Amino acid sequence: MKELVIISGKGGTGKTSIVSAFAVLAENKVLCDADVDAADLHLIMAPEILERHDFKGGNKAIIDKEKCTECGLCRELCRWNAISEAFEVDPISCEGCGVCWYFCPEKAIDFPEQTCGEWYISDTRFGPMVHGRLGIAEENSGKLVTLARQEAKKLGEARGLDLILTDGPPGVGCPVIASIGGASAVLIVAEPTVSGRHDMERVAQLAAHFRVPALLSINKFDLNPDEAKAIEQVAGEHNIRVLGRIPFDPTFTKAMVQGKTIVEFDGNSEGNRAVKEMWDQVRDFLEGQPST
Amino acid sequence: MIISVASGKGGTGKTTVSTNLALSLDGDVQLLDCDVEEPNAHLFIHPTIERSETVTTPVPVVDEKKCTLCGKCAEICQFKAIIVIGETVLPFHELCHSCGGCMEVCPEDAITETGREMGIIEEGRRNGLSFAHGRLRIGEAMSPPLIGKVRSLTKPDGLTIIDAPPGTSCPVIEAMKGADFILLVTEPTPFGLHDLKLAVGAVRVLGIPCGLVINRSDLGDDEVRKYAENENVPLLMEIPFDRKIAEAYSRGKMIIDEMPEWKQRFVDLYEDITDIVKKEGKQTS
Repeated sequence: MKELVIISGKGGTGKTSIVSAFAVLAENKVLCDADVDAADLHLIMAPEILERHDFKGGNKAIIDKEKCTECGLCRELCRWNAISEAFEVDPISCEGCGVCWYFCPEKAIDFPEQTCGEWYISDTRFGPMVHGRLGIAEENSGKLVTLARQEAKKLGEARGLDLILTDGPPGVGCPVIASIGGASAVLIVAEPTVSGRHDMERVAQLAAHFRVPALLSINKFDLNPDEAKAIEQVAGEHNIRVLGRIPFDPTFTKAMVQGKTIVEFDGNSEGNRAVKEMWDQVRDFLEGQPST
Repeated sequence: MIISVASGKGGTGKTTVSTNLALSLDGDVQLLDCDVEEPNAHLFIHPTIERSETVTTPVPVVDEKKCTLCGKCAEICQFKAIIVIGETVLPFHELCHSCGGCMEVCPEDAITETGREMGIIEEGRRNGLSFAHGRLRIGEAMSPPLIGKVRSLTKPDGLTIIDAPPGTSCPVIEAMKGADFILLVTEPTPFGLHDLKLAVGAVRVLGIPCGLVINRSDLGDDEVRKYAENENVPLLMEIPFDRKIAEAYSRGKMIIDEMPEWKQRFVDLYEDITDIVKKEGKQTS
């Protein structure tokens, strides 16, 4: 099985629109939404949830006021300033390290496991999908991403599928690192702006750091052809093949508003033609990559 | 006063709003770019950088001569960042959350701390505006400590504007907590609306007053406006899709430089925010 992960560095460049289109074009695949922090793929895929699971993401400290003698050791040891003068733990600041719980001489601190979100196995009109939802203001998004990818792989193997198509998160931090490790390739979706170029270069460095082959799509390339060229140059310096040049096409937004992929919404649109051409090249590239 | 500019969904215009707002106002203004994974504000502000600092976080080093392989360090670590294998103790620095538990628990005092590089922070100015940002080292997973470091540069007086990262999890919370006002920027699409709801949820967890800017306000549908009205999130500004704005942005130009009539709108936006903060007051400590 192969895995293609769509990432971007900068947010809002069109990752999910591209993944949605690929979901129609690719055969024998399982979809995976790894942008668990602000997951949007389900808005287009309209998944029918078959299985729902809790995501246990870590533990948090709670002080039992009855047992607490206010000795102050926990406040001294806590590096997150999560314990107030009144000996109450702020759950948002608590890192879940357990140091206070471990050392409390009165055993007055409990350290229960937290449910930080949910993950699902679903059916969509384009095949199976694994997706997650991190609770608001929760931690450990990387762990949930890793879990979603593992489950997508299991599901793909069980059903004899060939490809995992993963919608990745923006940025270069923990959830992105969790999204790309061991993937067959990443497709970086960039936009021709100074920010887009800056962010694409950082995410290209990240892919190189974890030795994942990278491909590039320049979305809205005609918005600033000079910047588009500059991005191609950066791609060249990092040995990244430019497989797609997608024009600015309001059809993408119109399709999204209808909850549809661009392939379904308007097959004759410029945007759709460009995405199809890119998919053919991505598919050929993946065929040459080793299985995960 | 601290205004944090956040969004849920990425690419909706946080940096556009925070940079144009910062440069529209006179007086003591500071801009902190806390999107340390992909900092972009400097590409528009073009600050003169005056100071640069490498930021590290403490991680354990084991003195094998003192270590008796008792395994207490591995037992306390919640992050599997230190383990005992055969005759040696192995710390995994990239997994370490810097809680100091292993060092504290070690009965032989065999553990000390060294630094793992998280990234850099840079401070500078553009005319009257103070500027700082963080830049996460490529390969570093944890951004909140670096965001915290950028926020520690907040000046006690004057106005601080924070450009927050996208999403709704720990990095965003780190960039929003303790702010007086959260300015949410979204686009009127199903994705924009869905992620706005998550962002409003996060803001409500923190108990901070918020308001909304709708960017590319004429592309998409009316659902974001309806949602804002129902949820009593005041709509403070709309920026229509204008190819001129999009092209200016693509070249790293500011709206207020290309279309000077926008400057007054950002001044008005700030005044609206000040009114709301005065009325609703600060609910967090």
